[in-house]
Amino acid sequence: MTTEVGSEPEVKKEPEKSSEEAQAEQQQQLAEQPAEPSESEPSAAAEPQPTPTDSTKPDNTDQQENAEAEPSSPPPSSGQKKEKGISRFLPPWLKRQKSHSQVEPKESSSPTDTPNQTLTEKQEEEEKEEEEAEAAEEQVGKAPEEAEKRQEEAGPKEEGEAVSPVVEQPAETKEVKAEVKEEVKAEEVQAENNSVGSVETQPAKEEKEGTSAEKKGEKGGEEVQESSVLSPLKLGKKMKIVVCHVTLLDGTQFPCEVEKRAKGQYLFFKVCEHLNLLEKDYFGLSFKDNADQRCWLDPTKEIKRQIRNSQWQFAFNVKFYPPDPSQLTEDITRYLLCLQLRQDVSSGRLPCSFVTHALLGSYTLQAELGDYDPEEQRLDSIADFQFAPSQTKELEEKVVELHKSHRGMTPAQADVQFLENAKKLSMYGVDLHHAKDSEGVDIMLGVCANGLLIYKDRLRINRFAWPKILKISYKRSNFYIKIRPGEAEQFESTVGFKLPNHRAAKRVWKVCVEHHTFFRLTNPEQPTKSKFLTLGSKFRYSGRTQAQTRQASTLIDRPAPYFERTSSKRISRSLDGAPVISVSDHGHMLDSARTPGSGENGHDPALELSSDSKSPQVEEEAEPGKGAVAGAVPAELPFETGTDGADSSETKSKLRVQGENIYVRHSNLMLESAEDKLNSEINGQPEVIEVVEETVVIEEVVKAAKPKSSAPEVSVTVASSATEEVPEVKEEEEKSASSDSESEEEAEFHPQSPSDSAHHIQEEPEEEQEQSQKAPPTNAEPQQDAEPETTDKVEAVVNQQKEEDEKTPGEETVVAPEDAPNGHHVQDGEEALTSLGAVAEEEEELEPCVVNGDASHAETERVPQVICCSEPPVVKTEMVTISDTFAAQKTEIATKEVPIVHTETKTITYEAAQLDGTGDGEPGVLMTAQTITSESLCTTTTTHITKTLKGGLSETRIEKRIVITGDSDIDHDQALAQAIKEAKEQHPDMSVTRVVVHKETELAEDDD
Amino acid sequence: MQADFGRFTHAVIRAAPDSLAAQALRSGPAELQVDMEAVRREEEQYVSVLEKTLGLRVVRLEADEELPDCVFVEDPAVVCGNTALITRPGAPSRRKETEALKTALANLDLNIVEMTDESATLDGGDVLFTGREFFVGLSKRTNRRGAEILADTFQDYAVSTVPVLGTLHLKSFCSMAGPGLIAIGSSEAAQKALKTMQQMSDHKYDKLTVPDDLAANCIYMNLPDKGHVLLHCTPEQFPESAKVFEKLKDHMLIPVPNDEKRKVDGCLTCCSVLINKPSKLILTTSLAQISISREGLSTSTMTCSTHQQLGC
Repeated sequence: MTTEVGSEPEVKKEPEKSSEEAQAEQQQQLAEQPAEPSESEPSAAAEPQPTPTDSTKPDNTDQQENAEAEPSSPPPSSGQKKEKGISRFLPPWLKRQKSHSQVEPKESSSPTDTPNQTLTEKQEEEEKEEEEAEAAEEQVGKAPEEAEKRQEEAGPKEEGEAVSPVVEQPAETKEVKAEVKEEVKAEEVQAENNSVGSVETQPAKEEKEGTSAEKKGEKGGEEVQESSVLSPLKLGKKMKIVVCHVTLLDGTQFPCEVEKRAKGQYLFFKVCEHLNLLEKDYFGLSFKDNADQRCWLDPTKEIKRQIRNSQWQFAFNVKFYPPDPSQLTEDITRYLLCLQLRQDVSSGRLPCSFVTHALLGSYTLQAELGDYDPEEQRLDSIADFQFAPSQTKELEEKVVELHKSHRGMTPAQADVQFLENAKKLSMYGVDLHHAKDSEGVDIMLGVCANGLLIYKDRLRINRFAWPKILKISYKRSNFYIKIRPGEAEQFESTVGFKLPNHRAAKRVWKVCVEHHTFFRLTNPEQPTKSKFLTLGSKFRYSGRTQAQTRQASTLIDRPAPYFERTSSKRISRSLDGAPVISVSDHGHMLDSARTPGSGENGHDPALELSSDSKSPQVEEEAEPGKGAVAGAVPAELPFETGTDGADSSETKSKLRVQGENIYVRHSNLMLESAEDKLNSEINGQPEVIEVVEETVVIEEVVKAAKPKSSAPEVSVTVASSATEEVPEVKEEEEKSASSDSESEEEAEFHPQSPSDSAHHIQEEPEEEQEQSQKAPPTNAEPQQDAEPETTDKVEAVVNQQKEEDEKTPGEETVVAPEDAPNGHHVQDGEEALTSLGAVAEEEEELEPCVVNGDASHAETERVPQVICCSEPPVVKTEMVTISDTFAAQKTEIATKEVPIVHTETKTITYEAAQLDGTGDGEPGVLMTAQTITSESLCTTTTTHITKTLKGGLSETRIEKRIVITGDSDIDHDQALAQAIKEAKEQHPDMSVTRVVVHKETELAEDDD
Repeated sequence: MQADFGRFTHAVIRAAPDSLAAQALRSGPAELQVDMEAVRREEEQYVSVLEKTLGLRVVRLEADEELPDCVFVEDPAVVCGNTALITRPGAPSRRKETEALKTALANLDLNIVEMTDESATLDGGDVLFTGREFFVGLSKRTNRRGAEILADTFQDYAVSTVPVLGTLHLKSFCSMAGPGLIAIGSSEAAQKALKTMQQMSDHKYDKLTVPDDLAANCIYMNLPDKGHVLLHCTPEQFPESAKVFEKLKDHMLIPVPNDEKRKVDGCLTCCSVLINKPSKLILTTSLAQISISREGLSTSTMTCSTHQQLGC
């Protein structure tokens, strides 16, 4: 497959089309054949699992499915499979490329692909269910990537598609359709945007992307529609059914049957349907993980995979506390928010004073019991209500006293008043997490609508508003935020916090990303924002932003739904009995609701939803466009999946190539990721790697942009070169791997302000990390780049001995730009620029890369060196050497799926060929040499600096040996990337010529 | 919470003892002579403004010669809503000032919370309540533990800490000059503190920058029949800063002399504890009133009647 991939990118497009058609046909067929076909398709797309239908169906169907999958997501699966094996060893970019290549072949030549796919499928089958689930997720993620621009928009949609067949409700399917259409439009828009906005980026790419996106969109639309038709049928089919128990806000249990592989959103939508809730974006389902920590159920992922071994027990909760509840459209939404807040208050999560307890309690009574009735309401009955963590008689008396003053207030009005007072509380909507600061002092991190609050005991000691935060990332158990420099400050600063464990760090990170996206990205017009949200890890907030949900809410046009308040259940008395009606909407709502009938407005809501979805989608679409413009950074993921195959592939390849250059780190990261895989999940998801990369990129994007501008142009020309293609393939693989890696230890998220389009663009690329990085990195001169890059070798030896993964040596040789990049200088003539670019590329300074990528693809200089992926058999020592020259001819080694071996030693060497030649080949006169050793928590850095004179040129060579020691939770990749980054920051005028990563890992089968 | 910011009904003041002239703590030169006659005149003027001009009920406490700084009643107590936190002043010589104040505030039916933690210190002069949140200056007189206790006492509000360097109190260079309006001095320390506060807050504050740090200490009130009221420095004392205040068009501006007490670090806010407590019931319902008013005439009437019943 690799060879095929490398061979012809252009062909890919056509195949895709054919595949699409095939898919459509298949879908139709499937539609005709109610159950099995439909299932097979969706299942295939969504999940690599070998469904009976698949088996029964001829290979053709499978092929077709695969082909179909390509646009949406299935192709990635194959890529993923490969990745699984190889990805561990390969750097993310390589992986991506591979994935692309794979996709392409599939499209172009279904037969060839099919075997691979089948093999992969078989493998997957062999793999545990969990693994499968992961793969499915990965695929889903890939699918969005394929869609590229769409991804963001489409991402959810596509996911929805994939999911819908299996699980989703009809309403959802409708939404999906609408989305798809919108997407198509959006894609067009994007294409335009790209052309306009991303002049720098690459016209060709844009066109390609745009076309691809459009095609995809069309395809997607067709598929979606079909899927929608099929979906109902699918639902009923063979899947194993599991009963989920959802604790609702009123304390009642809602049992819900779901297919075992259902995604979170299926259950969530079921619950919302049960509650008759339309404004559901503020809510979410939570569950307790093994450590009894509350986690949010990711709607886009399979439930089973998220809860792991926990029980299928969930709680329906408010996830995003609206700062102004009065702006909620429906009373039922406010009611549910009230229920949540009552819980928060009575549990002490939302601290408040005695007076406020009493006041809130009095509104609760008014809402639940109606007007004060001296005969019915006594203190002893009031005691049934929990108003405060510690409830005193005095408080109850005060509550009753205040309750008397609310006479005439309808339940809905009482709720409004309750919320008006609750929202003012300082801890309203603040999600607290235990942490330690850099000095080990216990603090609390509070994530809220406006940003991140830092508490020490009960005192707020710092606050970082979203606009001040440039990047959010986490490594292992550390959580970092990068702060925008203040007026008087020149440099950004990074603030780190220590969380109790890796999971906690990731949880905070996710919550931050989600809150930033939901609250900060308010402008519907700039869908890019949502993109920004995308994290280093594949994870991103897939829901609507508050602005979008508000907009959607305005379209709600149903009679106020009737709902029972807890009191009514408890007391068997209709609260509304009070003179509610006169009040207004609320009262009416109740009444009307009753008349219409209990409530299933299902259709209405669905319609509304669809409309809503459209609007948001459009926005999203626009975003994708931006992304494309920006340099396909945002598009990266999408491209990977869909676009990669055809149109975008070329552009991506360019980008990727650059990214590859950049990604010495990535390789490191990959190694780490590999470790992670080994350690964490059976599937061994490479995803982790991506995250790391992302982080790197994000940070520097802004800075990089400057240098990039000059270089980018040149790079564009180069980008077309074949070498680029190869890298792309690799990148794809990487991407896939990364996407998989939600388990990743590290992830970065670059919050972007909605308003700053330019910034966004840059940021987007950054966020998307890999793509952007890849693209931008290419220096103005592709040839030159290619040469040096080709030289880069990645040697990975993985020894699995200990649980602790030790990345022993990360050696970075930084060659002064002048010396090292002879080739670069010659061609470019702009040494400075090239050097900068090179540095940026090589190093984590992804930002520049991104920028470059957007602005100038020219930097494509590097060709992805990493070619060979050797899968470590059981106790293997793998040496992976990746050279640019080889890159074109990728050799993939069969992945090893069985982690029997306990210890892996992996050594990866990345080096720029040119640099090596110059630097190593010429013996210089040693000017100076010094060695510096520094140690931190888990890393020991030894810096060896030598200055030599070579042929009249002075060369400074810095070798850093970084030993990272820690348990499996440590993100070696990040640590390495960080080290590289620091090295570059310390020596901005130097470039990284060589990175050797030696990992000794003990394979742990245990999950995170 | 915010609607009645600046709404005050009572003021607690304490007469200056003769010992103030010689023994009161001061950050300035010790040889600076304090004219007790002038202090008394200023005090009379101060009380006159509160009582006669603004119609507040002024509770006067006897001077205690053993407590030379007792005139500065702001430091031993922080009152917000119907809760009074009796502090533990940072200066050991002032610890006993709390006793009389505690009694007086309890007599006003305030909910008394005492700071008993021996490791905590807090001067009311370091507490800036903006109507939305607290800022507590960490100074020589106030430590983190004291701020924590304040946060525990007023749980509805965010309590953020602000480092105070070079001046006695946080409010030595700032104060509230209106809802969402912070009067701030021009010194580097003051501006830095303001930035800290702005960063720490979820709310947007406007700032009123005055040339003199001490002039930034003013007293804002929002009184039912007076509207926005601002007690600020006199033109004689701080001519440039007074000009800044005089540009406030919506405020009822009342220059109050404070030249003598300034010699012992006394500011305008230091000399009174302002309380909004016509009656216990009204206070508790204050939050509810907003909502009630929307309901309509019938309810609002009810509220009025309540006021009358409780009417002080």
